[in-house]
Amino acid sequence: MHKHDLIPYLLLLGDSALIQGQRLCEWCGHAPALEEELALMNVGLDLVGQARNWLEYAAELLDDGRDADALAFRRDERAYRNLLLVEQPNGDFAVTMAKQFFYDAWHHAVLQRLVDSSDARIAGIAAKALKEVTYHLRRSAEWVQRLGGGTDESRRRMLEAIPALWRFTVELAAGSDNEVQLAEAGVAADPVQVGADWLKQVSTIFASVELPLPKAASHFYLSGRQGLHTEHLGLLLAEMQFLPRAYPDATW
Amino acid sequence: MQPGELIAGDRGARAPQSDDLARAWAVLGEVMDPEVPVVSVVDLGIVRDLGWRAGHLHLVVTPTYSGCPATEVIEGDIRQALEQAGFPAPDLERRLTPAWSTDWISALGRERLRAYGIAPPSGSASKRSLLGEAPQVCCPQCGSHHTDLLSQFGSTACKALYRCRECLEPFDYFKCI
Repeated sequence: MHKHDLIPYLLLLGDSALIQGQRLCEWCGHAPALEEELALMNVGLDLVGQARNWLEYAAELLDDGRDADALAFRRDERAYRNLLLVEQPNGDFAVTMAKQFFYDAWHHAVLQRLVDSSDARIAGIAAKALKEVTYHLRRSAEWVQRLGGGTDESRRRMLEAIPALWRFTVELAAGSDNEVQLAEAGVAADPVQVGADWLKQVSTIFASVELPLPKAASHFYLSGRQGLHTEHLGLLLAEMQFLPRAYPDATW
Repeated sequence: MQPGELIAGDRGARAPQSDDLARAWAVLGEVMDPEVPVVSVVDLGIVRDLGWRAGHLHLVVTPTYSGCPATEVIEGDIRQALEQAGFPAPDLERRLTPAWSTDWISALGRERLRAYGIAPPSGSASKRSLLGEAPQVCCPQCGSHHTDLLSQFGSTACKALYRCRECLEPFDYFKCI
């Protein structure tokens, strides 16, 4: 295995955290309560910090003069490797929390394995992130239960959010060939095991409030891992990247 | 000192003195966390190593959270304090492994948190406390055990928001990680 083979995987981890974090930040000033606003921003901040750790590593391996900021702010949509799930619009609070829960359950299962990665740097970043993501998962799982088992209105919204996002979950249980090879080399998390953990976590939380579990999502014609995104990512990047692209010399 | 003396050669490189490290630790003991200005970076447990390398102080600093926005500020504060105390151009290394844990906050740090109105982390950062089991959190104002969690996330990533049922005061709790 060559170190360069790690790059797509680091981008999957880093870009997914970054885009999920950016979506959470869109709630700034709009959250239903002050405590929720703080929580959403805190989770977003953790994710952006984790993204920086992954992208710094990716930039070092790329070794083409770009740093983590350049990867975040100067790449076009097709160069992004994030999961399709995280680029989906926030919708209402039920969509936001269902999306967060699906992502957290995947993220947690991945990190739990990466702490034992044979690549020491990956293991170190993962160990740090796992502590944070444990809190994220607990919170988003509680929200799925509260909304799913709450009032008629909150349940109705959760019941609409789940099928709207479900087709994107196919990516949470399937990895690329590159990922499978990295997993066999002890570097990456085994995507099949991650998928099984993910389904178990989701089934448990859904069953606790009698939310029906949809049939497994089937293959989708787009793929975040291949840089084939839904129409939403370009718009998100246009906003996120505007300032550094318009004012390339801007500094803090 | 003559003008220009500082510019000549490697800026400020010098041979270590026997009491230098103790003095540097004392300086770091006065550098406060910008978010919790009563706890020093030493009490917080983020200075993992301090030594002497090529004529300069060499420090290993571990960030508390991946996205902690205070990381750069803390590093800048450390650098400035050491330079002012006569340790020119200290060499700071940011290290993620092993990951920072609230278990590294000193007893003094915990007491200072409490006195400042922030409940210190309760118990150790074991899997159990991370994964569920609500910790027993005492009100830093009146000491009561009758407290409720209001939100898992408080004013910063490292804190949760609680309320005391006895004195009715809301307060921050420094989460176990």
